Amino acid sequence: MERILFYLIAVIMIVFAIKAVSSRKMLRAVIYLLFVLMGVAGLYFIVDYTFMAAIQLAVYAGGVIVLIIFSVLLVHHIELRLEVSKMSQRIVSGLLSLGAFLLTVYAIFTYEFKVVENYNSIEVSEIGHGMLSYKAGGFILPFEVISVLLVAVMIGAIIIAKGKRLEQ
Amino acid sequence: MIQGISIYEILTLTSAIFFIGVYGFLTRKNLITMLLSIELILNASAINFVVINKYLFPDNLQGVFFSVFIVAVAAAETALAVAIVINLYKQIASVEVKDTEIMKY
Repeated sequence: MERILFYLIAVIMIVFAIKAVSSRKMLRAVIYLLFVLMGVAGLYFIVDYTFMAAIQLAVYAGGVIVLIIFSVLLVHHIELRLEVSKMSQRIVSGLLSLGAFLLTVYAIFTYEFKVVENYNSIEVSEIGHGMLSYKAGGFILPFEVISVLLVAVMIGAIIIAKGKRLEQ
Repeated sequence: MIQGISIYEILTLTSAIFFIGVYGFLTRKNLITMLLSIELILNASAINFVVINKYLFPDNLQGVFFSVFIVAVAAAETALAVAIVINLYKQIASVEVKDTEIMKY
């Protein structure tokens, strides 16, 4: 059952990822990316990390995609088709990506992973305790640094987006 | 581990997503669509952290924490990139890479 579900999600993700990087309509590319991100959330559900899946759906599907759609609507005419790069450039980058992909897959399949048999699922409270623990192995410092980073990004984004209009 | 799905299949899927993102980053000529490719790359690496945590070190939670931080940094990066794109559009009325020659005014 999980196997069928995984292969379904994998096919959906790869098809929509290819469409997201090759579609000539920008808004459609963003929506295809949304499907890929939902597939990622489904993958998190399959490996039984429901907290990560919730974060993925809330932050990406709810936040990032809406932000990108807003910027597309602000800066781009919907009917306009994106210009494509030269055929030679597409072939070269496709071959480069394919070669690197095959190399990575070769490295993955020749490495012997020591998979641990386990069926325990993780409580959300464990993640919260680990995130806020200041003992060895706790993650309180990066947690605080990320919160400072987010505040800085909020202020910086407001200031940059306000900007100055170029005088005609 | 998950019954019936080996770690090799999931890692193959994530590397496919990663290199589709790399292909998009190399071929796209528009700042926003390049941003979409970067999102693909970041997501593929975040899945890798979670899956390796689940399959190889199920007693630790480090992979989940790193994925949460990756998501937070990716959201911050997207917000800043969108702000820069809007500012650039105000100044040169274009978001194509070839028109982007100035960073300061």
